[in-house]
Amino acid sequence: MLVRAEGIKKSFNGTEVLKEISLGVEEGEVVAIIGPSGSGKSTLLRCLTQLETVDEGNIVINEKELVTMQKDKAVYAKSAIQHQIRMDTGLVFQSFHLFPHYSVKKNIMDPQIRVLKREKKEAEKIAGNLLAKLNLSDRADAYPNELSGGQQQRVAIARALALNPKVLFFDEPTSALDPELTGEVLKVIKELAKEKMTMVIVTHEMAFARDVADHVIFMDEGTIIEEGTPEEVFGNTEKERTKVFLKRYLENAWES
Amino acid sequence: MKINNVPIDLLLPSMLEATGMVLKIFFLTILFAVPLGFLVALGRRSKCVFLSGPIRVYQLIFRGTPLMLQLIFFMYAPYYLFDFSFGRFQACILAFVINYAAYFGEIFRGGIDSIPVGQFEAAKVLGYSKVQTFFRIILPQVAKCVTPAMGNELMTLVKDTSLAQVISVSELFNVAFNAGSRYFSTVPIIIAGIFYLIMNTIVEMTFKRLEKKLQYGGR
Ligand SMILES: Nc1ncnc2c1ncn2[C@@H]1O[C@H](COP(=O)(O)OP(=O)(O)OP(=O)(O)O)[C@@H](O)[C@H]1O
Ligand SMILES: [Mg+2]
Repeated sequence: MLVRAEGIKKSFNGTEVLKEISLGVEEGEVVAIIGPSGSGKSTLLRCLTQLETVDEGNIVINEKELVTMQKDKAVYAKSAIQHQIRMDTGLVFQSFHLFPHYSVKKNIMDPQIRVLKREKKEAEKIAGNLLAKLNLSDRADAYPNELSGGQQQRVAIARALALNPKVLFFDEPTSALDPELTGEVLKVIKELAKEKMTMVIVTHEMAFARDVADHVIFMDEGTIIEEGTPEEVFGNTEKERTKVFLKRYLENAWES
Repeated sequence: MKINNVPIDLLLPSMLEATGMVLKIFFLTILFAVPLGFLVALGRRSKCVFLSGPIRVYQLIFRGTPLMLQLIFFMYAPYYLFDFSFGRFQACILAFVINYAAYFGEIFRGGIDSIPVGQFEAAKVLGYSKVQTFFRIILPQVAKCVTPAMGNELMTLVKDTSLAQVISVSELFNVAFNAGSRYFSTVPIIIAGIFYLIMNTIVEMTFKRLEKKLQYGGR
């Protein structure tokens, strides 16, 4: 198991946002997390990518312990281990967060050179290959503010992939995009799924989740209400809360 | 050569020398107050109130009282307090640096605050260290957004050097004013005005070019 989280609890000023969340992600698996606004999906991803610290729980990623419970207290690994785990994980944000002062190519090259200490030549080659793969070769020298949202998000995906993460997390990768740009990003993610990239995707694109995910998790109010294969969750759920939630997304169209 | 009874050929060398003093104050202030301003900005952003609190008080005092008064303070107060004095020039530079660092600190703080948290978070997730994040991701963006305000500040600095006359530093205004009263003429003051204007035109043009250079992307 590549990612294992057990009993994750997280509060913000006294309000419990994650209540005993446990999940596992196998290598090569695509997990979709769905749920209403405010249910804690982003917070969960932020805990797994070390942008937030948990109050309680265990997290193991790529056989390295990030946080463990010791005498009822969450204890984090040494910062060197945290860094190693950080390099095993990648995160694609809803609003891209590309570096505006770097060209597209430099956005993808700089982390490789500064963080992984790759040679400039090698980093350039990897960036070139990724841009070709994501159909962005002609935009290599453009700056982020000269790109469409869909293009920016694809660059952000390339920037994350260039560091060879073991698992890539997506937090609503298409929510900031116009509907006509959503497809080009979803296509890239679907392509990655075919290549057996391990991914955890928070999304409101139900048809997409159903199409691409191996495992679907439905979250509400900080707990996992139900999980299973797309058929189990989307097809014939027994849970009333899931039914109510899914009904609102019925007309969502995603053509694969 | 005389204009309005003022011997220009005698006056000009001393005014040029006084302009040299203006430039000395100008560049030394920038040299020390810019890095100090960055430290002030980082200190103000610190979560530790024992750091951010005193720095805020320092900024309030030095932005809230006249620079002229601060010059007099650094010139004469150490003598009364510690029985020791700075030289005229040191006291002058000290006052300018401490005063301008307080303003720069505020400008840089605003610049850093205007960078979206997403930039810090993206850098962190990609594995950049804190130092790399600051110098490679944050600083270039801050530099771009503080450039107009800094241009403004440095034009003020050129003019503020004239305040050093209160502690008898022979800068441009001091020399021009004395010459004016010696010859009963406003000509030296007008010449000084032209010199200040030339210096600030250079500052203005430099910052225009800098802004253009820091521009990225099309929109
Ligand atoms: N930094 C924070 N400080 C305080 N409260 C927070 C913080 N981050 C999140 N919350 C709260 O935690 C709850 C869960 O937020 P979260 O962003 O994880 O939800 P979400 O499922 O991602 O929702 P959405 O679909 O709208 O993105 C919300 O009530 C939110 O207000
Ligand atoms: Mg969210």
